[in-house]
Formats: sequence, structure tokens, C-alpha cells
Amino acid sequence: MDFLNAIILLGNYIIVPGLTYGSQLALGAIGVTLIYGVLRFANFAYGDLMAFGTMIVILSTGYLQSLGITFGFLPTALLALPMGIIATVILSLFFDKTVFKYYRDMKSEPVILIVVSIGVMFILNAIVRIVIGPGDVIFMDGARFIMKASEFKKMTGLNEGIALKSTQLITVITTIITCSILFYFLNKTKTGKSMRAYSDNEDLALLSGIDPTKIVIYTWVIVSILATIAGTLYGLDKSFKPFAYWNNLLPIFAATIVGGIGNPLGAFYGGFVIAFTEIGLTYAYKKFLVYLLPEQLEPSSLVQYISTDYKFAISFAILIVVLIYRPNGIFKGKVI
Amino acid sequence: MRNNLDIKLAFGVMALLLIMVGFVQSWGVALAILNLCLISAVMSMGVNIQWGYSGLINFGVMGFLAIGGLATIVVSVPPVNEAWAAGGFGVILSGLILFVLIASIFYVHRKFQSKYKNYLLFLLVISVIPMMKLAAGPSISAIESIDAATSGFLGGFDMPIILSWFVGAIFAALVAFIIGKVCLDLRSDYLAIATLLISGIIVSYVKHEEWLTRGVKNVTGLKRPVPFEVDLQNSDWFVNFIGFLFKGRLSKASDLDEKIILLNELVMTSSSIFVKLCFSVIFLIVLITILVFSEKALRSPWGRMMRAIRDNEDAAKAMGKNVVKRHLHIFMIGSAIIGFSGAMLVTYDGLFTPASYQPLRYTFIIWVMVLLGGTGNNYGAILGAFVVWFIWIESAPFALFVINALMSEVDNTNQLKIHLIDSIPYFRYLMMGLGLLVVMRYRPKGLLPEKIINN
Amino acid sequence: MMYFSAKNLTGGYGGVNIIEGCCFEVNQGEIVSILGPNGAGKSTAMKAMLGILDLKYGEVMLDGQDITRLKTQDRIKAGISFVPQTNNIFTELTVKENLEMGAFLNDGDISSRISEMYDLFPIIKEKQDQLAGELSGGQRQQVALARALMTNPKVLMLDEPTAGVSPVVMDEIFEHILNIKKQNIAVLMVEQNARQALGISDRGYILVTGRNAYEGSGDYLINDNEIRKSFLGG
Repeated sequence: MDFLNAIILLGNYIIVPGLTYGSQLALGAIGVTLIYGVLRFANFAYGDLMAFGTMIVILSTGYLQSLGITFGFLPTALLALPMGIIATVILSLFFDKTVFKYYRDMKSEPVILIVVSIGVMFILNAIVRIVIGPGDVIFMDGARFIMKASEFKKMTGLNEGIALKSTQLITVITTIITCSILFYFLNKTKTGKSMRAYSDNEDLALLSGIDPTKIVIYTWVIVSILATIAGTLYGLDKSFKPFAYWNNLLPIFAATIVGGIGNPLGAFYGGFVIAFTEIGLTYAYKKFLVYLLPEQLEPSSLVQYISTDYKFAISFAILIVVLIYRPNGIFKGKVI
Repeated sequence: MRNNLDIKLAFGVMALLLIMVGFVQSWGVALAILNLCLISAVMSMGVNIQWGYSGLINFGVMGFLAIGGLATIVVSVPPVNEAWAAGGFGVILSGLILFVLIASIFYVHRKFQSKYKNYLLFLLVISVIPMMKLAAGPSISAIESIDAATSGFLGGFDMPIILSWFVGAIFAALVAFIIGKVCLDLRSDYLAIATLLISGIIVSYVKHEEWLTRGVKNVTGLKRPVPFEVDLQNSDWFVNFIGFLFKGRLSKASDLDEKIILLNELVMTSSSIFVKLCFSVIFLIVLITILVFSEKALRSPWGRMMRAIRDNEDAAKAMGKNVVKRHLHIFMIGSAIIGFSGAMLVTYDGLFTPASYQPLRYTFIIWVMVLLGGTGNNYGAILGAFVVWFIWIESAPFALFVINALMSEVDNTNQLKIHLIDSIPYFRYLMMGLGLLVVMRYRPKGLLPEKIINN
Repeated sequence: MMYFSAKNLTGGYGGVNIIEGCCFEVNQGEIVSILGPNGAGKSTAMKAMLGILDLKYGEVMLDGQDITRLKTQDRIKAGISFVPQTNNIFTELTVKENLEMGAFLNDGDISSRISEMYDLFPIIKEKQDQLAGELSGGQRQQVALARALMTNPKVLMLDEPTAGVSPVVMDEIFEHILNIKKQNIAVLMVEQNARQALGISDRGYILVTGRNAYEGSGDYLINDNEIRKSFLGG
């Protein structure tokens, strides 16, 4: 019984939050990695692109609600996703045409593109804050919980319970669907393969008749879809706050590089690696050990590797270790 | 020649703008802008030395600024004796343990030969945090529990705060040494991300280690290298001086009471201006000193070598230059200057607020200054700092003016107008972004481009 | 009237002419080699024919049509295919995907073309699901040839197909090139291994400092004493 309680405890405090957070990072990291693989720069404006997409989703959600349209027990925001995606695609293509294309044609160094993406970051930052403000916005509606901890306890008769928020389940399921479609696209369709080919060997792709303009457009479209979905899922799960999106960019970068920059599957795993180490290292295992160990061995301290204050610092530290020892990421595999 | 003219003209325009602010808004505002321009100029020179001189991309500016700020606490705040008694020993012990651990990590990394080397290294690295916790944990909670609302930290060494500027530089250089050892051979875009993330770690340390910095509770009432306004207002010489300065205006007062009220007012406003002026003088001295040294360095054989390395790393390597070592040096020097300016900034503010360190404001704006001003040109970096800071501060009043002008017909209760006026602080981001993009596109070398130096 | 011809090619980088007045011709079912010492402008000439290098003068004709003004991508659509000397495969794609990318411009069913390639290069059928980057040097070269052939080209240009491979592999590659010729394709290749290249070539051109110095049938060039001494290593 104690053993079961211990497992449930971990499930509730590590596995469920880890899967949710990992999904959010994974979606973000795949976007960053696609931009890096095809357009060849680290896009510092990506966090704010997520914020922009989410903002449009929030505004559209408000509009839908004002029309009396909701999505039953699911959040209305899911219905509003297409609006957010369309707006983000348009925005991305606009910035590509007005800003990034010039440097791509000039074959500028990656550092210059990073600097330029910081300029875009500032602009998006301003747009989002001017339109919707810097404060918290909660736009989650529909059912809050799939299962409450108390219900779980009653059902099983255990001391510990698993609480499952509907946003958590939605996040994981949406991520699975999105990533399945994406990987099918990249690996099985002609367009997806041509994107990978372009990313792998630009000159040869040109010699094979692959049109770079189209590849760039596909990439921005896919990236915008991913950014909007990731941002919306994060906003549903926590709340929408522009600054939090900037902050999230850093663990997303970490996940991208851990997975091997330019490698979408690696980015997917990288998201979960970062999420689980962050949560696993900041969780206090005292209660867990109390269940498992005999009384005389029970720990007196919290048994926590590092305080939750350093949550982000962990992902940064992992990243730095990876950068030093495995700069190409810890996963071997196909690069986009 | 043409370049020289540009510099004079540019700085002339800048001075004129500041004087305009003095007349239109107030001299206090103008001086406040000037002082932060001067501090920012020191920061941007630090970044310029790294990026402009040798092409190192350091997105960790925020971290080095925070380290400089930390130095002001450690140096100038009076020690909290009860805290030292309660936990001083434990903290010092843990410091020693940390030193030994870091040294042994370096030793194992450098000298150890075994197939288990990496495992040992890994064990050592992950053991740092539990060891520190074990050694310092109880002491830290003891320190933090002493008078938590007003103190709850160790305090510092009660020394003059100007000393902390130098200490801040040394701290920053030491941290830069460690970071540089680990990261400098990374590819440029990875280095950018790595330094950004490391500065995040530094700031979360400063923010959460309350025994050292009081964390989000802030440290206020720091010392100053210049007099406090209150002391000036109560000192005879200053009151007499102001009386002398404004003799004409005072003599117009009809009676004694009015005269005293007027004098009081004048003393109040002038004292704050006087203090700001004192700061300006000190900052100007710092700026000019650093400028002179870095210009000299740029023209020395050392500077020539640095440019050679930047422009063609492989050729420099082939000629036997130790590129990694040079990069480490320049990373340390630039970071030291950034640390110095971080201490200056905290001194000027008079308080240390760890939560205020955010990459947008403390890393990327500084970068905008350098890129906008002119990479590789110290005058450019300084000009960039002035221009960007001026825009940063003045874009809010400017945006307000524009909104009011465009919507003068619109009622003041109009939702859109209220909303826009509420969002005025964010127009500065828009200005920064647009400014950066325009400069990168049409003057990629900045307003004052790097000069070709023939030596 | 030759199937593919380039006349009076003159151009270079930054105002300096690397090639001056070069002429090349190749017919369908013919292998033609461009030879010459290092720096003679062989690869530059090939780039000029592909439209990667902007020409000052000269014209390029394909099957009676002037393609001088066409961009590289349009020349590929017109039936020219090119195998660069290095980075000539997609290393992160599987062998089969490499072939599919070769036929990118073809919207129809390409499975029959792929199986033709498998017949031509049996080894890559075996490795079809492996990442191309994991193959050996000779196998990679075969993938590169197959990728270029996927478009059903009329003219195949090869830039040093045997650079950096062992003599055994070189023979194997030349064997494949002879097989390609049998498909009625015009093959134009730049080669360093002059003697071996002339051995399989119908005709050859020898470039010296950016100009045509000698040309003639493979046998003639091999047997000419002066040419043998100067360019073929005795």
C-alpha cells in the first residue's frame, strides 16, 4: 500500500506535470529547431511569436464567447486556434519579407541574423504589450478537472491522489496529434522531404530543382502553427503573461540544443529531458521516502536537490553541460 | 577627417537635445538622463571591447551588471554582526569548500588521466550543490531569520562605495574567467545562447540567496560617493551658496517670509541638481579614463593583434597567436568594465533590486547601443548609449505627445485613447526594435563606423 | 549540329577572367572529358555552362535552343543535370529519399525510374533505407550519380567524379559512367585523372590557363607525344 502511495505521489507531482511541461517545451523547441535547420539562425523572437499567436487566440476566444459560442467542456480557445494561426502566419511571412529575406539573400553570418531577430523581438514585445497589456490573462473555460485528487483517493482508497487538470490532458493529446502530423509530413510527404533536403544541403537542393522560396514559406507556416499551438497550450495551462513567454524561450533553447539543433525529433525528446530534470531535481522527495523507507531511516530534510527558485537555472546548466560535451546534441538522428 | 566631423556633430546634437530637455522638462530630468547615458556608455564600451574589438558575442551583460551590483552590497553595507555571529563561520566554511571543489574540478579536468575521468568530473560537479547545502544550510537559515523584515543578511564590509566599483570589476572578471574557460570555444551562436543562459543563472542566484543580497527584499539606503540632498539642505555653505547664486531672484521677494520660502524651494531643487552634477562629474571622469585606455589599447600592437584575430581567426592561429587565450583576456576585460558599470548603476540608484535584472533591459538594450552606435568604435559605442538611452526615456513623453496630437478631437474617456495612453511605456520597445532593424539594414556598421587604423 | 554546345565562354570572378573563349561540344551518347592542370579553369567552365557563374561573353545551346540567359534551376528543368565534386548527396536523407529528391521536378510516378536506378546501381538498392551519409565513398558517388539521373537528363555534367577515391573504386565509377552513356545521355565531365578519363571518353578538351589548348578524340590525345608528356604524366 505504501509502495502504491509512493508511486502515485510521483505520478502526481512529477510525471503528470513533467509530461505537460515537456509537451509545451517540445512543441516550442521543434519550432526553434525548424527555423534553425532551414533558415539557419537562432530566432530570439520565437517566444514573442508564441505570445503574439496566443494573444490573437485570446482575442478571438473573447469574440467567440461574446457570440455565445463555446466548445462544451473543452476550452473555447481551441476553436479560436485557427484565427491565431492565420494571424501568426501572416505576421511571420511579413517579417520574413521585410526583414529576414534581405539577410538571407546577403548570406549574412548567423550572428547578424540573431541580432536582427532581437530587433523583431523588441517589436513583437511592444505589439503584444500595447494590444493586450503586460498583465495576466486567464482565458481557460470549460471543465477544469478531469479528475480531482480527492475523487481519485475515494476511488482507490489510497492516501495519495492524482489530480488531472483538463488542460494537462489537452496539452499532451494536442502535442501528440501535432507532432504525429508534423513528423508524417517531414518524413513521408514530398514537400516535407524537400524541406529536409534543403536543410541538409542547400546547394544540392537547388540543383535538384527545389524552390527555396517555397521552402522558406512552408517553414514559416509550420513554425507559426507550432508557435501558436504551443503558446495557447501554455497559456491555457498556466495563464497568459507576455513576460512568461519570453522567459520560456530560454528552456526552449535548452531543449533545442539538448536535442541537437536542427533535429526535430531530438527537439521533441529534448523538451521532455529538460522538463523532467527540472521537475525531478526540484521535487522534495521526503514524503516519497517516508512511504518507502522503514521508520528509523526516514529523512529529516526535504530531500530536494535544489530549491524550486532555481527551476530555470537547471535547464540552463544542463544546456551548458551539453554544449561543452555534446555540442551536436545528445540524440543521434536525422537533422531536418 | 570626415569621421572626426561626424563625431563632433553627433555629440553636439546630443548635447543640444539634453539641454532642450533641461529647458522643456527640467534640469533634474536632463541630468538624470545624462547620468544614465554616462553609465550606459561605460556598459556599451565594455560590450564593444568584446564584440567590436574581437567579435566575441556576450549576451550575458545582465549577469555581469548584477555581479557589479552585488559588489556594492558586499563592499559598502555595514556588517550585520548578529548575522555574522550566527552564520558567518558556516558561510565561510562553505565558501572554502566551494573553492576546493571548483579547484578540484579544474584539476581533474586538466590533469587527471583515467577512463573514469568524466564520471568523476560529473560526480564532482553534481556534488557541489548538496555539499554547499550541507555546509551552509543551517547557517543560512540562521542568518536569514535574524531580523528578517529589515535585515536578514550578512551585510558587507562598510567600506567606501567607490571601492565597490573596482571590486565589482574584479568579481566580474573572475566570473568571466570561469565562463570563458568553459564556453569561449563554442560557435558564435551557441556562445550567445550560453552566455544569455549563464547570466540567467547568475541573476537567479542574486535573486534567491537572501543571506547575501536580501533577494527580492532589496537593499536600500546605500552609501554614496557624493553628499546626500538632506545633508546639503542642512549645511550652511550650501544654503549660502544658493543664496549667492540666486541673489537677483531673491532680492525681488517682497518680504522676509517670502524670501525664506523661496530660498527653501531653491535649496531643495538645487540640492538634487547639485548631487546629480557631482555624479555626472565622477561618471564623466570614469568614462574618459576608460575611453582613453581603450583607445590606446586599440592602437597598440595588442589592439592590432585583436583585430587581426577578429578578421581572420585562422590566419592569426597559423601565425602562432594563441587565439583562445586572447579571447579569454578580452572577455575578462570587457566583463570587468561591465561589472564596473553595474556597480556604478547601483550606486547611482542607491538601492540594489535583484528582481529588476531582466535581459531585455540589461542585455539587449546595451547591445542595441553598441550596434546602433558603431561596432568597433568607442565613440560610436558612447554615442549609441546616449542616443538609445535618450530614446528609451523620451519615447514615453514623445508617444504621449503624438497620441494627444493625433487624437486631440477624441474625448479623454475614449477607450482606445485611454488604452493607448496606458501602453505608452511599451512604445519604447517598438522604437528600439525599429531603430535596430533600420540601422542593421541601412548602416550595418552603426552611426559612427569603425575607423581603419594605420599604425 | 551538336546536341549541347558552349561557345566562346568568357568570365570569372571580380573582373578577372578565369576562362577566356572556351568552347565545348557534346553529343548524345558521348562522353567528353575536360582536362588540364590545376587552376586551368575546368570547374569554372562547368559552372559557366550551368549558369552558376555569370558570363561576360559566350553562348550555351541545348538541342538547338539558346539557354545562355536561363537560370541554373531553369537549365535543370531544360534537361541538364549536375553532380558537384563535394557535398553531392543529402547525407541526412535515406538513399531512396535522395533519389526522390533528384526527381523533385517530376510530379508523376517515379517508382519505375527508381527501379531503373536500382538496376543501374545494384548496391544502392541494398542500401535504400540507410542514411546516405553512412555509406562509403564509392557508394556515395553512386548515389550522387543516381540522384542526378533521376530527372531523366539529356546532359549530365560531372565535376571530378573520381576525386579522392581508390583506384578500384575509380574503375567502378567509370564503369557506371559508361553504362550511363548507353542510355543516350550526353556526359560531360571534368577530371583530374586524365589518362583514365580519356580511356573511357569519346573526345576530350585540354584547358590551359582558361583557354582551349588541345582537343580531339580520346585515342588521339592519349597517343600524342607532346600532350602525353605535358598533361598525362609521361
